[in-house]
Amino acid sequence: MITQLILRALDKKAVWLVAVLAVIAIGVPMLNLGLPADHPLHIPNYAVPLFGKYLNYAMLALALDLVWGYCGILSLGHAAFFALGAYAMGMYLMRQIGARGVYANPTLPDFMVFLNYKELPWFWNGFDMWWFAFAMVLIVPGLLAFVFGFLAFRSRVTGVYLSIITQAMTYALLLAFFRNDLGFGGNNGLTDFKDILGVNVQAATTRAALFAASAFALALAVLVCSAIVNSKLGKVMVAVRDAESRTRFLGYRVDNVKLFAFVVSAVLAGIAGALYAPQVGIINPSEFEPGNSIEVVIWTAVGGRGTIVGPIIGAIVVNLTKSIFTSGSSYVAAGVVILIFSAIVAVASGWTKGLIVIAASVAIPVLYGLYQLILYGNFKLPALSDVWLYALGGLFIFTTLFLPKGIVGLIAQWRTMTTKREQHDRNATSPVDVEAGVDPEPNPAE
Amino acid sequence: MTNRILRLIAVLFALALSPLPALAQGTDFTAMVQALGQGGFPDREAAMNALVATGDERVPPILQAMSDGTLFVRKSDQRVLFAAKSGSEFKLTDPVDSSNAGTATSKDIEKVKVNNGLRGKIRTAIGTMTLLSPDRASRLSAAQSILKNADPAMLPLLDSALAAETDPAIKSTMDLARAVIVLKSDATLDDKRAAVDTIAAHGDLDAQTVLVNALAAAPDELKPTIQTGIDAIGRNLQIWQVAQNLLYGVSLSSVLLLAAIGLSITFGVMGIINMAHGEMVMLGAYTTFVVQELIRNFAPGLMDYSLAFAVPAAFLFTALVGIAIERGIIRWLYGRPLETLLATWGLSLALQQMVRTLFGPTNQMVSPPSWMTGAFDVGGLSITWNRLWIVVFAIAVFVILQLVLNRTALGLQMRAVTQNRRMASSMGIRTPFVDAMTFGLGSGIAGMAGVALSQIDNVSPNLGQGYIIDSFMVVVFGGVGNLWGTLIGALMLGVGNKLLEPQFGAVLGKIIILVLIILFIQWRPRGLFALKGRSIEQ
Amino acid sequence: MADKTGTMLYLDGVSVSFDGFKAINKLSIIVHPAEMLAIIGPNGAGKTTMMDIITGKTRPDDGEVLFDGRTDLTKLDEAAIANLGIGRKFQKPTVFESQTIWDNLVMALRKPRGVFSALFYSMSADDEARITEILDTVRLLNRKDDLAANLSHGQKQWLEIGMLLAQDPKLLLVDEPVAGMTDSETVETAKLLKDIAKTRSVVVVEHDMSFVRDLGSRVTCLAEGSVLAEGTLDQVSANPVVIERYLGR
Repeated sequence: MITQLILRALDKKAVWLVAVLAVIAIGVPMLNLGLPADHPLHIPNYAVPLFGKYLNYAMLALALDLVWGYCGILSLGHAAFFALGAYAMGMYLMRQIGARGVYANPTLPDFMVFLNYKELPWFWNGFDMWWFAFAMVLIVPGLLAFVFGFLAFRSRVTGVYLSIITQAMTYALLLAFFRNDLGFGGNNGLTDFKDILGVNVQAATTRAALFAASAFALALAVLVCSAIVNSKLGKVMVAVRDAESRTRFLGYRVDNVKLFAFVVSAVLAGIAGALYAPQVGIINPSEFEPGNSIEVVIWTAVGGRGTIVGPIIGAIVVNLTKSIFTSGSSYVAAGVVILIFSAIVAVASGWTKGLIVIAASVAIPVLYGLYQLILYGNFKLPALSDVWLYALGGLFIFTTLFLPKGIVGLIAQWRTMTTKREQHDRNATSPVDVEAGVDPEPNPAE
Repeated sequence: MTNRILRLIAVLFALALSPLPALAQGTDFTAMVQALGQGGFPDREAAMNALVATGDERVPPILQAMSDGTLFVRKSDQRVLFAAKSGSEFKLTDPVDSSNAGTATSKDIEKVKVNNGLRGKIRTAIGTMTLLSPDRASRLSAAQSILKNADPAMLPLLDSALAAETDPAIKSTMDLARAVIVLKSDATLDDKRAAVDTIAAHGDLDAQTVLVNALAAAPDELKPTIQTGIDAIGRNLQIWQVAQNLLYGVSLSSVLLLAAIGLSITFGVMGIINMAHGEMVMLGAYTTFVVQELIRNFAPGLMDYSLAFAVPAAFLFTALVGIAIERGIIRWLYGRPLETLLATWGLSLALQQMVRTLFGPTNQMVSPPSWMTGAFDVGGLSITWNRLWIVVFAIAVFVILQLVLNRTALGLQMRAVTQNRRMASSMGIRTPFVDAMTFGLGSGIAGMAGVALSQIDNVSPNLGQGYIIDSFMVVVFGGVGNLWGTLIGALMLGVGNKLLEPQFGAVLGKIIILVLIILFIQWRPRGLFALKGRSIEQ
Repeated sequence: MADKTGTMLYLDGVSVSFDGFKAINKLSIIVHPAEMLAIIGPNGAGKTTMMDIITGKTRPDDGEVLFDGRTDLTKLDEAAIANLGIGRKFQKPTVFESQTIWDNLVMALRKPRGVFSALFYSMSADDEARITEILDTVRLLNRKDDLAANLSHGQKQWLEIGMLLAQDPKLLLVDEPVAGMTDSETVETAKLLKDIAKTRSVVVVEHDMSFVRDLGSRVTCLAEGSVLAEGTLDQVSANPVVIERYLGR
C-alpha cells in the first residue's frame, strides 16, 4: 500500500524536480565551501542563507498550493504556520545559548531576564532537547491547523469567508506575539542564536548544511504533495475545489478531506519555518503580518497554482525580483525582469496585455519624475527600493488579470495547444475547448 | 442683576457674622493697604482681615503678591507697593490705582514678610474673596481651593456664598466643601452623618478620597457611616465606569460602522472582496488634509468649516477612484472572488506607496475645527466633542445610505442587479453602469469615513490597514447583504471590545474578540442576519 | 399513512419553509424497492427542494423522512446519506470538469470513502473492468481520457448517470435527466433508466411528457409543495386539477 503510494509519487515531473533539488542541495554548498573565494563559480557566504531562505519560501508556497491550488481553500494565514514552526525552532536555539547571553543566565534567555521573569514559563520546558523542539515544529502548526480546520470545515465556512477568518487568525496571533507577557520575546522576538545541534549556527559549514537541509526538505515536500495529489484523494481534493457539494453527494466527507490537506500543509509550512529561523537568525512577530500570508498567495499564483512545480518557481522568482528591487541594484536588471514578465503576459493573454504591463511599469517612474520636476524643478527617478511596492502591487493585479494559471500554466497551455494541433491534423475533429478550473468558486452575488 | 444684589447681601451677611473687627468699613482703602507694611505678623494678619472684609476686587492680587513675596515697603515713605525686578532695579507699582511709582534698588525697599501660618491664611482669604467674585471661573477655583484646604474658619463665609450661589456645578462643589469642613469641625454627630451623606451623594473620585482620608481621623461611632459612604461611592463609580465604557464602545462602534458600511455595499451587496477598501478610507483622510491645506492657504476664515467641504470632496474623489478601479480591474474578475481579493490587495499596496510618494511616509496634521475640540461632562461621564460628532456622522451616513438603497431609482437598480443580474439586464437596466455606481458608492462612503477618522487617528499611508480586518469582521459578523446586520455587528464588536478592555487590556481584548468571531462563524457561517433558502447556496 | 416497512423511501408530512415561504407543504411520498416513480409538476412545485431534503442538503422543519423503512434521513448529512446508497443526479449536470471522464468515474466508484482509504487506494483489475463497463453503457468509452469539461451537455448528463451507476446506489434520484438531449438520446435514456429500475428504486423528475410516457411508471404530480395527483400518467394527466395547474388546456 505504502510502496504503491511512493511509486505513485514518483511520476516523471516529480522525479525531475527532486533530482534538480538534490543537485542544488549538494552543488551549492560545494561551490560555496569547496571553491576559493576568487573563483568565478564560487558562491559567496552571504548568498547561501539567502538562497536557503528562498527554498524555505518555496516550501511554504508549495504547502499553500496543496490547500489552495488543489483543494480550493484560500488560506490567508499560512505564514502563521510558518512562523509557529520558526518560533518552535527559535525556542530551541534560544535554549542553546545557555549562559552565553548578555545577562549570562544559565536557563533564562536574555529577554526574560530583561522582563524580570523569575523562572522559565512552562511551555519553554523541553525545548532544550532538539528532538522535542523538532517534534513541536510539526505538532504546533499541525495542531493549530487541526483545531482551526476542524471547526471551520465542519461548519462549512468556505470561500472568502474562510479566507477572512484565516486572516483574522494570523492577525490575532500577530497581536498576541507582540505582547511581552506571552513569553516569546514581544516585538523583538527571538534572536542572537549561537548553536544548533552543537555547532555554531553562523559557521559557513553550518549554513551550507542548513541550505542542504532546506533543499532536501523541499524535495521531501515535493514527494509528499506529489503522492497526495496523484492518489485518489488528490482527485477528490480537486473535486472538492471544483464542486464541493457534488463531492459530498458522492459520499465523501468534504470536511475531512479539507482537514487532511490543511493539516499536512500546515506541517509542511512549519518545517519550512523551522529551517528559516536559523538561516535568517531572527524570528519576530512581524512574520505573522497578514500581508506576508497574502504575499505567499501571489508567489503561488505567479508560478501556477494546482501544480507542484509552479509555487516553487513562483516563490523563487518573486523573491529574486524582490531582492533585485529592494537592494536597489540597477534599473537595468529591474527593467529586464519587467520585460520578461510582460513577455510572459503577452504570450499568455495577447500582446495588448503585455503592453499594458510595460506601460504601467514605465508610467510610475515617469510620473514620479514629473512630480519631482513640478515640485523641485528637477526630473528625478524614484529609488528602485521605493518602486518595489508598486511592482508587487502590479504583480498581484496583472497576474490575476492576465496570468490566471501562472507561468507553469502557460507552459502547459502551450503544450496542449501543440498536441491539439497535432491531433487536429491527424483526425480533423477538434473538441470544444472549454477552459476548465478557472472558475472554482461560485459567484455569491448570483 | 438680582444675582449681584444677592451677592452684595451675602457679603454684608458674611461681614456681620465674621469675627473680624468691622472697623474696616468706611476706612480709606489706601490706608488699609498701607497697614500691611506695619508691625509684626499679628498686625499684618489683622490688616489683611480688614482688607478681606472690604470685598474689594483689588484685594486678591495684593494678597497674592504678599504671598508670592512681590509686595514691598518703600523705606523712604513707608508706602506699600508692588515691585517687579527688572535688571538690577525694581519697577514699582501702586497696588491701589496701578499707577507707576518709579523704580528703586534693593536697598531702598523691604519685603512685606509673611510666615507659613500667614501664608495659609492668605490662601484662605483669597479663596474667600474669590468665592464671592462675579467671575464664574474664579468662584469655581475658589470653591475648589476651599475644598482642598477645608479650613473650618471658612464655614460661615461658605454658608453665605452657598446661599448666593446659583451655578449648580459651583454649588455642588461648595456643598462638598462644606460637608468636608463639617466633618473636620467639632459639629454634632448627626451633622457629621449628614455631611457624610452629602459627600457620598457626590459620588465621584474626589468625594471618595475625602471620605477615605476622614475615615482614619473619625470617631469610632462615625466610622460605619463613613465606610458605607465609601462603599456607596465605589458602587456608584463602578456604574459610571461601565457606562463610560459603554460610551467608548459606542464611539468605537461608530468608527467601525463608518469603516465597514462601505464594505457592506461592495462586499455585502455586490460580493466583491475589496482589500483596497482601507485605502479608500485612507484616501478620504488625505482628501480632508488637502482640503484643509487649501482652505488654510486661500480662505483661512473658513477653517472651522473645512470639514463641510472635505466630506463631499472625499466622497466624490474616492467614488471616482472606486469607479476607476471597478472599470479597470474588478469587472474582469466578477465571479472569481478570490482573484478579486488578490488584485485589490495588490492595488492597496500600490495606493499606499503612491500616497507615500506624494505626501511622504510621516503623519499629516489635520487640525480639528474648534467645535470638535474639548469635552463635556454628563454625570460621571466625560464625552469628547469629536467622538460625539463622529457618532452623529455615522448615524447620518447610515440613514442616508438606507434611504439611497430603499428609496431611489439607483438603489432599486442596485438591488435588482445584485439579486438577478441577467433578469435586470433583460429589463433594460445597464448592469455595468449600476456595478460601477454601486462600487463607487461603497468607495465614496469609505472616503467619508476617512474624513471622520482623520479627526481621531493619524493620517498616514497605513491608516486604512488598521481598519480593513476589523471592517471585514463587522460585515461577516453582521451577515452579508444587510446594512442592519452591519450596524448590529459594529455595535456588538465595538461595545464588546471596550467592555473587555478594562479586564484584559486593549490587545488581549481584541484577540478575544477575534477568537470569538472565528468561533461565531463556525456557528453561523453566514453571519447574524443571513438569508435562507435555495438561491443563496448556489 | 401507509406501512413504513418494505418501503425504500418514505416521506410523511414533510414541510419546509424559507423565510416564511412554504417550499414543501405536508408532502408525503412512498417509493418501493425496485420501483420507478416519475415526478412532474410546475416550476416552484418543490421538486428540487424535495430532493434536497432526501439527500440531506436541506433540513425539513417538520415530518418524517425514512430510507429503507428505518433510517431517519433528517439526522444525517449528505455524505452519510450518499453512503447509505442514495445517488443523486442534479438538474444542472454537475461533473468534475477539470478532471477526465475516467477520473470522474474512479471517484464515483463504490469504495470506502474515508480520507486514508482514498489516499492509499490503488485500482484493481475488477474496478477497471467495472468502470470500462459503465463507460460502455453510457457510450463514453472512446472519450475516457478527455476532460469532462469538453463534453456536450447531453454527454455530461450521461456521464452523471454513469457516475450514479458507479456509486451502485439502492435509490437513484434523477433530476431532469434528458434536458439538452436529442430525441434518440432521450429514448436511450428512458431505456437505461427502466433497466436500472429493475433492480433499484428510481425517482425521476422531468418535464418532458413523452419521456415520462416512455418510462411507463407511476406518476406523482406536485404543486406548491404537496401532492396534487397520483397514478399512471394517463390518470394524472386526465385529472382536471392537474390540467388547470400544470399541463394547461
